[in-house]
Amino acid sequence: MKINISYYIITFMTDVHICKIESKIKLIDDVYLITVDNENLAENARPGRFLHIKCGSERLLRRPISIFNTENSKTSFVFDIRGDGTRWLSERIPGESLDILGSLGNGFDICGLNKLNRDAKVIVVGGGLGIPPLFYAANDIVSRGGRVTSILGFRDKKKVMLEHFFAKICDEVTITTEDGSLGILGLATKPLERLLINGGFDTVLSCGPLPMLKSVAALCAEHNTPCLVSLEERMACGVGACLVCACATKIDGIQDMSRVCADGPVFHASDIIW
Amino acid sequence: MSLSVDFAGITFKNPIVAASGTFGFGREYAEFYDLSKLGGICVKGLTLEPRLGNDPPRIAQSPMGILNSVGLQNPGVDAFIQNELPFLREYHTVVIANISGNTIGEYASMAQKLSEAGVDIIEVNVSCPNVKDGGIAFGTSPDSVASVTEAVVRKATVPVILKLSPNVTDIANIAKAAESAGADALSLINTLIGMRIDTKTRKPILKNNIGGLSGPAVFPIAVRMVWQAAAAVKIPILGMGGVVTLNDTIEMMLAGASLVGVGTACFDDPYAPVKIIDGLLEYLSLNKIDSIKDITGKVILN
Repeated sequence: MKINISYYIITFMTDVHICKIESKIKLIDDVYLITVDNENLAENARPGRFLHIKCGSERLLRRPISIFNTENSKTSFVFDIRGDGTRWLSERIPGESLDILGSLGNGFDICGLNKLNRDAKVIVVGGGLGIPPLFYAANDIVSRGGRVTSILGFRDKKKVMLEHFFAKICDEVTITTEDGSLGILGLATKPLERLLINGGFDTVLSCGPLPMLKSVAALCAEHNTPCLVSLEERMACGVGACLVCACATKIDGIQDMSRVCADGPVFHASDIIW
Repeated sequence: MSLSVDFAGITFKNPIVAASGTFGFGREYAEFYDLSKLGGICVKGLTLEPRLGNDPPRIAQSPMGILNSVGLQNPGVDAFIQNELPFLREYHTVVIANISGNTIGEYASMAQKLSEAGVDIIEVNVSCPNVKDGGIAFGTSPDSVASVTEAVVRKATVPVILKLSPNVTDIANIAKAAESAGADALSLINTLIGMRIDTKTRKPILKNNIGGLSGPAVFPIAVRMVWQAAAAVKIPILGMGGVVTLNDTIEMMLAGASLVGVGTACFDDPYAPVKIIDGLLEYLSLNKIDSIKDITGKVILN
């Protein structure tokens, strides 16, 4: 069973935008939330799509970062410092501008969710830096009349972030930590299994480390619940031309290397060759 | 003032060509601007049969450069002719089909199919560093370059460009071999073989271990090799390798290129090729030059 987008297709005008930084908030060590103000960028943002951000003139490749939320002309995103580029990004201050190519990619197919089922019940399962785009998706579902249960997995309590955002809009928020320092001890898949056994959910959305996504996909398949996953891969062009961010897929029986940037980053979990 | 360039009998409205492997089949960048603005488009490397390419990660970054190991992922020459060529034909730009083969026979067969399908030029890739059978075995010796060239020229009814590898000790010899075997033009450079290692995991970043380096990091090497090849042959050259700006383009042309390929620059700025084209007109007017083709090879050596 798949959720189809046929109901709500728009041609998104994607372009390079110069975006003024409105605010920068440090969420936890090495993780920041930046909000930029640009009407055109916000206009084509959708849950699950991403921004391709230029991180200084001395770095050739843009950094793909998922969208955390939009509000009027504002778009925000969350990132962690992984290398020189994201360190440069973390050092920007409000008032400066960012060169952003976006929004890019295919997001969560939730545009059609209200047609399918206006009061859809959805589970979002996020791990670490995979959590931010799920808030945008959850917010969208709730604003359309749906209901969301969220499971947020972290390494330890020092890594816990964004839980208050989810608490405001979700029926239930479960936190898991790998060392048990906060919430349930273990991985996010444990509470997911319990929810799936109880049943009653229309779909599961997930984003996070690959092993987690793989387990989430397997659990959803076992319990016959549709699942959408958002993947991460090293990218170059971000628009589907260079074929660098490949992911093995089998869609309608045809095996292929799909482009995470343009065919994804959100895929039906059942289409991925795990 | 004119940006027009005659290259191997084909007229390009300007000397800027989207480089193979960085521009897909044009569809993605057609969302940003009219592809008819470009002098030409070299399409993603084609093989006789479809190829899925290498496992990811396929990209690693380097100071002012990137390493890729895509591995010639493409839908195959027949699918290109059926599904992609009609789209490209909607634009007024020169369509250059880039081909790679496992055998000389495959190169010849693709040359015939693509000529019949109506591409404007065939670019023969004897320099893909990312697959064992991607042609690099053909590209590193003058004799095998000559054999591939002869076979393609025999079957092609359109001009043939030989795309040369920079991973050789004597580019002049290879260039001469291609010319004597009947190539109408040369293009260079393809990527330089490189490697990056993640110091934490001690594993190469690329799943393929090694890949091809492109971007501004390779630009001086490209200029040098274009200059050396231009000095060795009479046929025209499509110069590429790390070109980002108008100044890079002028430099490449002074070294001996008639056309200039823009590739990796598009990943940073999709508009890079059109910005260069706009800049070229300004350059001509500022320097009171009538025609851009007049600067090709006009480096004044010390």
